[in-house]
Amino acid sequence: MSEYLVEVSHLKQYFPVRNGFKTIPLKAVDDVSFNIKPGETLGLVGESGCGKTTVGRTLLRLYKPTSGSVKFEGEEVTDENIHSLRKEMQMVFQDPYSSLNPRMTVEDIIGEPLDVHKLYKTKEERREKVLALMETVGLNAEHAMRYAHEFSGGQRQRIGIARALAVDPKFIVCDEPVSALDVSIQAQVVNMFEDLQAERGMAYLFIAHDLLIVQHISDRIAVMYLGHMMELAESNELMNNPIHPYTQSLLSAVPIPDPNTARKSKRIMLEGDVPSPLHMPSGCPFRTRCRYATEQCAQAMPELTDRGDGHQVACWNK
Amino acid sequence: MAENFKKSPLSAQVDLSKFAPATDEEKRQQDVMGESTTFFKDGMRRLRKNPLAMGAIVVLILIILIIIFAPMIVPYGYAQIVKDAANLAPFEHSPSEQASIAAGESVFPHIFGTDSLGRDYFIRVVYGTRVSLCVGLFASLMVLLIGMIYGSISGYLGGMVDLVMMRIVDVIYSLPDMLIIILLAVVLNETLGDLIKGTILAKLGTNMLSLFIVYGLLYWVSMARLIRGQILTIKQNEYVLAAQCIGTSTPRIIRRHILPNCLSVIIITTALQIPSAIFTESYLSFLGLGVSAPMPSLGSLANDARSGLQSYPLKLIFPAVTICLIVLALNLLGDGLRDAFDPKLQR
Repeated sequence: MSEYLVEVSHLKQYFPVRNGFKTIPLKAVDDVSFNIKPGETLGLVGESGCGKTTVGRTLLRLYKPTSGSVKFEGEEVTDENIHSLRKEMQMVFQDPYSSLNPRMTVEDIIGEPLDVHKLYKTKEERREKVLALMETVGLNAEHAMRYAHEFSGGQRQRIGIARALAVDPKFIVCDEPVSALDVSIQAQVVNMFEDLQAERGMAYLFIAHDLLIVQHISDRIAVMYLGHMMELAESNELMNNPIHPYTQSLLSAVPIPDPNTARKSKRIMLEGDVPSPLHMPSGCPFRTRCRYATEQCAQAMPELTDRGDGHQVACWNK
Repeated sequence: MAENFKKSPLSAQVDLSKFAPATDEEKRQQDVMGESTTFFKDGMRRLRKNPLAMGAIVVLILIILIIIFAPMIVPYGYAQIVKDAANLAPFEHSPSEQASIAAGESVFPHIFGTDSLGRDYFIRVVYGTRVSLCVGLFASLMVLLIGMIYGSISGYLGGMVDLVMMRIVDVIYSLPDMLIIILLAVVLNETLGDLIKGTILAKLGTNMLSLFIVYGLLYWVSMARLIRGQILTIKQNEYVLAAQCIGTSTPRIIRRHILPNCLSVIIITTALQIPSAIFTESYLSFLGLGVSAPMPSLGSLANDARSGLQSYPLKLIFPAVTICLIVLALNLLGDGLRDAFDPKLQR
């Protein structure tokens, strides 16, 4: 057995897009590699449309990857073994309003994974398990017979988390689980994620665009831009010592609560827009907006290289 | 501490001594939730507030009660000929009946009169309504079943499967339905005529069978298209993805997650499909392609009444009004259901 729980190597996910009579590939994820250790949280950040969600969904085989491999506990994830692996890998979704079926009671929503994987013998056992799960995520037992639309956003997200926990997974993809919630609720839910991890020792792939939350919860952080992995480092290392110019500009955009410090810090403004993923620039996708771009950047995409202590950066010039 | 604290008159700070911590009971008052309602209860509540739809339901229930119980009460059969009682007006008695009444016997009145052969017209209209309603109901159920299965498979699987399945639908859409009903009626008459002799189907006749078959073959396409469209939108919801992520099988996803969410459209379309089937049956019977005599249907009754229209206009009015009532009531009910169950139209 390898030391990693999840190993992703050279994962590519292209979606065909019809453009008149031609079909061109949309490179949502292009050659991404990373590993996740058991019990670890890997944060995945990047701006909208950079392929974060696609990475998460492709990991769980909700999409069939164009190429590359995903290994879980050293075992290659394929169409054949994915059904049994669904007990090990689960997902928490972004939108708590559309991720719960409005025609099902909370008990049925949380109980469905139990039904599918036949994890109970009697009806009473199912109910007991559902109620235990609801307690784990801080819901009252009397909520079991209610429908999802009767709950607030935070409670709905808890239902979604209970559903993911039902099969007792070792790895959960959290796809922006807090970005649709109020700030006050965000803290509660993030803390719950941490508590659950401490209790059950699960690994998370925590996708978000809020850097502060990601820093708070993650052991390591990966930064994506237009389907490419730009930088990957220990959480504090990345925050204090960002190397890639894109990470630097991302971090400079994080709001600082103290106005005096905020006035002194310099914001790195990026010029231009994100290029369309249908017409990606040659070489490094960030070169059109990069201050340090050179000839070489247009030639080829730099590999992720280790700059010491597992701090990996994909840049020619930094 | 509160006493020591000197409050500036301009300070907006709240005086904390005026507040007391909430008791447990008071805290519990905060998380009161409304009565749990299901989607169905919610829809029915809205439906009950719609006077037109409720009126339609009352009319339909009345009609159904009449067609169930009237044959038990009225002593005449739909094919039974009463002697010298041809072409009576409503509540009129034939000379022989008047004689028996004079002798002290009680004779059941001909509520709608009698037809040209002396058959009680009321019971004929009742049986005609039975046939028409049954045809409407069964044809709609058939359309619903085929359309739902076909549409949900096509919509959920998408891609090439969807493309091929929808082209088949396009082909079927372009077939002339009237022509096929007539052709099938002729062919089935030859082939099935002996086979069904002596069964209930024989009473309805091969024409009716061909109508059912044509409904099963042709009319499901619009239902299939509609359900496919619904499923294409419902499929986008994250709860379908969540179900896939759990490992739920495709049939279970369609059954548990997708179909319940397009239930409203299914109910409404089925309710609106019934009158259209009744209409088809009626005009086919009017053209002489409907049920075989002596079994009446509302359309064939109207057709028979055509010949004596000048002298006995009531014979056309009774079946025609019944068709109108049923179709109108079903349409109003369908509209009411749409208003009650379609969340997009909610105010």
